Amino acid sequence: MPGPSDPGFDTLSLHAGAAPDPTTGARATPIHLTTSFVFESSEHAASLFNMERAGHVYSRISNPTTAVFEERVAALEGGVGAIATASGQAALHLAVATIAGAGAHIVASAALYGGSHNLLAYTLARFGIETTFVKPRDIDGWRAAIRPNTKLLFGESLGNPGLDVLDIPRVSAIAHDAGVPLLVDATFTTPWLQQPFKLGADLVFHSATKFLSGHGTVVGGVLVDSGRFDWDRSGRFPELSAPYAGFHDMVFTEESTVGAFLLRARREGLRDFGACMSPHTAWLILQGIETLPLRMERHVANARKVVAYLAAHPMVAQVGYPELESHPDHALAKTLLPRGCGSVFSFDLRGSRAQGVAFIEALQLFSHLANVGDCRSLVIHPASTTHFRMNDAALAAAGIGPGTIRLSIGLEDADDLIADLKTALKAAERAAA
Amino acid sequence: MKFEVQGRTAYAYTGGKAWADGERCVVFIHGALNDHSVWTLLARWYAHHGYRVLAVDQPGHGRSDGPPLASVEALADWVLALLDAAGVASAHLAGHSMGSLIALEVAARAPTRVAGLVMVGTAYPMKVSDALLNTARDDPARAIAMVTAFSHSGIASKPSYPGPGAWLHGGSSALMHRIQDIGAGNLFEHDFRVCDAYANGLEAAARVQCPAHLILGTRDAMTPAKATKELASVLRATVARVASGHALMQEAPDAVLNAMRQAIPA
Repeated sequence: MPGPSDPGFDTLSLHAGAAPDPTTGARATPIHLTTSFVFESSEHAASLFNMERAGHVYSRISNPTTAVFEERVAALEGGVGAIATASGQAALHLAVATIAGAGAHIVASAALYGGSHNLLAYTLARFGIETTFVKPRDIDGWRAAIRPNTKLLFGESLGNPGLDVLDIPRVSAIAHDAGVPLLVDATFTTPWLQQPFKLGADLVFHSATKFLSGHGTVVGGVLVDSGRFDWDRSGRFPELSAPYAGFHDMVFTEESTVGAFLLRARREGLRDFGACMSPHTAWLILQGIETLPLRMERHVANARKVVAYLAAHPMVAQVGYPELESHPDHALAKTLLPRGCGSVFSFDLRGSRAQGVAFIEALQLFSHLANVGDCRSLVIHPASTTHFRMNDAALAAAGIGPGTIRLSIGLEDADDLIADLKTALKAAERAAA
Repeated sequence: MKFEVQGRTAYAYTGGKAWADGERCVVFIHGALNDHSVWTLLARWYAHHGYRVLAVDQPGHGRSDGPPLASVEALADWVLALLDAAGVASAHLAGHSMGSLIALEVAARAPTRVAGLVMVGTAYPMKVSDALLNTARDDPARAIAMVTAFSHSGIASKPSYPGPGAWLHGGSSALMHRIQDIGAGNLFEHDFRVCDAYANGLEAAARVQCPAHLILGTRDAMTPAKATKELASVLRATVARVASGHALMQEAPDAVLNAMRQAIPA
């Protein structure tokens, strides 16, 4: 039957979590640049500290501006809440540290952002958390890698660098069969292209630095909980289902049936690790989220035009974009990403590393830098930058060729972007020695 | 805290403090397709201000064994049995929505055991439209989406619940899905039919002897404040109005606490 529903995505992008300021009448969300908040009385103070009342105490734990950002992202993802963090890396760390400690095990996709791979493969290993990496398309591999001490399955909605489409319904089913949650890095897709919770994921994080902000001005992250994973029933998570000595023996799953994860992440993770977001950063990202639906639509439209141009160019060996039939996840993308596959992708230039360098240096409109998801178009040549220490064989093992170029398509006129690429491709052709 | 009630395990949250002997007790009773976690802020506050607290999970909800009980009257008897099991001679009762009808019926059945009655987000009769009942029967997920939208008066309630950063609509929806998925049949339809079928409200109200208080949301679309006039009159209840939809404890936790403190002083 027809009936009331929550507001739509575009409305939530503008309004979720925010209302005119009750004190000043300010329509836009104010920036509450304050470290702390005055108590009404000693009793009020004690009740805030003891979680008898909701409210703000200290901006490392929560802040009114940051809370608007958190609630807005949670609304867009369809979660129960969110925690803003200092960066996307901090969000990943917070997710892991909330439910895993020394002796724990993670199963992760091998197709990850380099920073995430470093954290899992090297840094967390130093703290006793081991990770098994599996190819994201190897569904049996995900299942086989799970151990009795596995706490988390983790992948990217669109993997690095080949845009492997994570089969969230199947991987989450494997995770749930084992009593383990699935965490998805949804940075490349944003909730406008895909809402991982609807597909079965349990936790989502973003590098909000990228499309959520969209302006390339701030670094931030956000971790969202679906509230759907039953931590008690799993039996693998005493961190949430047993008394926690660090907060008066609180049992988080008793305190909040669907918000236990976020309670511990905030009450322990932000309190003790402290990787919080500045309210000024939250405000800037909120400005970006207000136009997220409009920007993502344009990002995808521009990316499709650029992909079509490159795919037909004789200097281009292949374009790794899941909307192309040549991509191994083409069929999956049509199902899981019907609105599009984002605007970050790689292509392989025919020729040498030197030609790749010539291509990059000839570009005028694309900015050569190490970021993605900006409103401006960006480019990087991994073989001469992020992976420059690797020889050609090692690059191949990582799925990167000497001529692999990664683009992040922005919001400029697509014709101007194509003209810039055309000039650079000619330069690369001329650089063939 | 778990108790043996009517031959089955019953769970009650005790507000973050160990269950112990004491004179004063508050019992919190949740509404349809909810559990104790809708009360945790209030329960913690009273537990740390001189009261013993029992925020129950009704049979078949949350951590209490099923099956769910078929009527408000049966649930009232279950609450009384829980008080017996917990060794509570007398308690203040606070109920939300469907839970408020249960509290009312308990106060009528055992007047000497109820020190005060607080009905939050209530109405009598608590009729549920055929359209919603049918949707609950045929498409519970759609019904949950409808009730989530019906129950909230806005999309920016502060300071949020259980704290900043929580998205109330998502929390409400996730909790209802969790309770529905417990597997005790179609609990959503069951609970709504229990509300719809309760016909003893005014007779019960006439038998209540303790002070009664209504806390109503001014923007409540599920149980509109205007639907309480006769009930309030028979109960001779005080009425506190809070700027909120039906999810009062989530949308206006401080205002509900302030109103509760008028009804149940620390």
